[in-house]
Amino acid sequence: MATITAPSSRQLDRTERQQRRRRNVWSYLAMALFAVIFLFPMVFMFISSLKPDAQILSDVRSLNAFLPVGDLSLDNYRDVFDRVPVARFMINSVLITTLIVVLGLVVNSMCGFALSRLEWKGRGAVLAVVIATLIVPFETIAIPMVYWVSKLPTLVFEGGVPKYDFGWLNTYQVQIIPFIANAFSIFLFTQYFSTIPKSLDEAARIDGAGWFTIYRKIVVPLAGPAFATVAILTFLPAWNSYLWPLMVVQEENLRPVMVGMQYFFQLNPAWGEVMAYTTLITLPVLIVFLSFQRAFVSSVAASGVKG
Amino acid sequence: MKRRSLVTIVSVSAASALALSACGQAGQGDGGSGDGPQELTMWTHSAGNPAELEVYTKIIDDFNASQDQYTVVTESFPQGAYNDAIVAAAAAGDLPCLLDMDGPIVPNWAWAEYIQPLELPTSITDNLLPTAVGTYQDEIYAAGYWDAALSIFARKSVLDANAIRIPTIDEPWTIEEFDAALATLKAAGYETPLDIGAEDKGEWWSYAYSPMLQSAGGDLIDRETMLTADGALNGPEAVEFFTWFQDSFANGYTSNSGTIGNQEFNDDVVALSYTGVWNAMGSLEAIGDDLLILPPPDFGDGPKIGGGSWQWGISSSCDAVDGAREYLEFSFQDKYIAEFSDKQVVIPATAAAEELSANFGEGDPLRPFVELSQAYALARPATPAYPVISSTFEKAAKDIMSGSDVQSTLDGAVQEIDTNITSNDGYGF
Repeated sequence: MATITAPSSRQLDRTERQQRRRRNVWSYLAMALFAVIFLFPMVFMFISSLKPDAQILSDVRSLNAFLPVGDLSLDNYRDVFDRVPVARFMINSVLITTLIVVLGLVVNSMCGFALSRLEWKGRGAVLAVVIATLIVPFETIAIPMVYWVSKLPTLVFEGGVPKYDFGWLNTYQVQIIPFIANAFSIFLFTQYFSTIPKSLDEAARIDGAGWFTIYRKIVVPLAGPAFATVAILTFLPAWNSYLWPLMVVQEENLRPVMVGMQYFFQLNPAWGEVMAYTTLITLPVLIVFLSFQRAFVSSVAASGVKG
Repeated sequence: MKRRSLVTIVSVSAASALALSACGQAGQGDGGSGDGPQELTMWTHSAGNPAELEVYTKIIDDFNASQDQYTVVTESFPQGAYNDAIVAAAAAGDLPCLLDMDGPIVPNWAWAEYIQPLELPTSITDNLLPTAVGTYQDEIYAAGYWDAALSIFARKSVLDANAIRIPTIDEPWTIEEFDAALATLKAAGYETPLDIGAEDKGEWWSYAYSPMLQSAGGDLIDRETMLTADGALNGPEAVEFFTWFQDSFANGYTSNSGTIGNQEFNDDVVALSYTGVWNAMGSLEAIGDDLLILPPPDFGDGPKIGGGSWQWGISSSCDAVDGAREYLEFSFQDKYIAEFSDKQVVIPATAAAEELSANFGEGDPLRPFVELSQAYALARPATPAYPVISSTFEKAAKDIMSGSDVQSTLDGAVQEIDTNITSNDGYGF
């Protein structure tokens, strides 16, 4: 008589492990495929930056476009530095972007705090107005803004003597100050702060804390994901800024990196140099992203914002 | 974030912002204060073009050294961003004294009062190629050191091997001959025998293809009145040309794929290339004596090529007009014009500079471009409506290339142009 024996727990474990391994293999394969798809442009950019123009154009019809084959050199990088003051543009962009991000975090978070935590008349209307500005595209107000910034008062130094003058064109502040306050950042901070229990404020108030102390010691430490999200969402447009600096900055030594891209588009674009330049200006973005990768991923999950 | 680090970061950021503001302003001095020379600000579209900038630097250095009344200070912008920068500067009342501009935009900037009549001596302007002088309402507003020209590049060996007649200026290809040549070359194995640069965008479309339309008897606008495109852009001649244009894509004689530039011709992927003088040196290096620089085909009214390149003007807000004119007069010396030609590979604007140049004198390799320019160059319509005409033409031509109905597309384009002209009270015409 045949007997049916129940599978031992060891056999069950093995089967489960095999199934899990199979699932892992498939999911890793899928992830690897997506990674390759997303990496292709970067690989193409970097590999092409090492090739002469003629080879880039001939390789583009084959897989060679992604392979370091043929006449490879750093000539394009050398030519980029001959054509464009890269170091100057990079320094400008790093300064401008850093200041916009840091000052933006402070100003917008304080604004969000006031709108979400403080009780004052009309805050709902103010928040509505702030949100309403999101629907106005920047391009539509760019020219009026150029006019206004050209009339703003400013401090100038003539022979070391401080004087008042008018006009912000051709300055760093015209590239920074208009972008510190940001409606979307305020909205995001307002929403995030409203999820933090108000009982914490009340407890702090009983202990004698003022509003700034509550903001600084309670709300800010609990809002890490919101700060990370806003930092990244502010960083990218600031780094990629093109139209505004183009309109308000005429001096070459004040221009940011994105305006430099246009230097390569003469009658015939210098594709190798374009790729070398884009590689150079992508590096800071990659460094920032990789440095804050963990915070960024968790912030996206926590705040529900897709960058 | 710890309190101390937060406070430190904010303090450092605020201090940096203030310091940078001061730095930015420090570089903005207008100079020329007191008894020193008066500063002449000058903007060019030449950023990223070291060869052209080198000549400007030389002229400016020579001019500044030649007198002590004015100092020219230049700022260069990338070409693709230049017009936006000018429009923004005009809005802010911050235009420089001297500025360059693409030929067809001159009437618009004159009408918008960005620039003022040039008033250079006729001894200078009369010597220039007609297409190197920018006018609006019969008044000269700009003048340039060079012009460019388009032609058909071909390999002599390929035409000979396929028994295709080599056209001349006196006897260009008729459109029937041209079509037959394209069919022959396609049959000979060229997947798309002609590269007309349709992968490009912007002003190229009007610059390259409106001369074909004019060769067929149409035009971008009625040049008699400058008030309507009706009949010029949508008449039977225009419809006939655009039908040919559409068919040439449908038949596979040309395409809008590929890359900007002349690499496909140099690599023998295409047999013929409709391109400009700026690509000639590259092709000469690539294929040497086998290169033929040929006239474009005759669509019925004789071949035409576009005229008008970058030119110099004086802004309306310039407070040193005499100095600006003095600089321009100084700059229009044949030696400088020839140097621009050599460095940029463009046609010199004066006959004397042609002879001084390395490439465009009698017997020089690029001389055919001078002859093509003299025989066929036609300036784009000198109307402030040109930017609208050009962008409308580009959109319509692209739609037709993609297969839209020719007549209705052209009628739509005419309506768009005419509406714009009407809403601007005829732009002064």
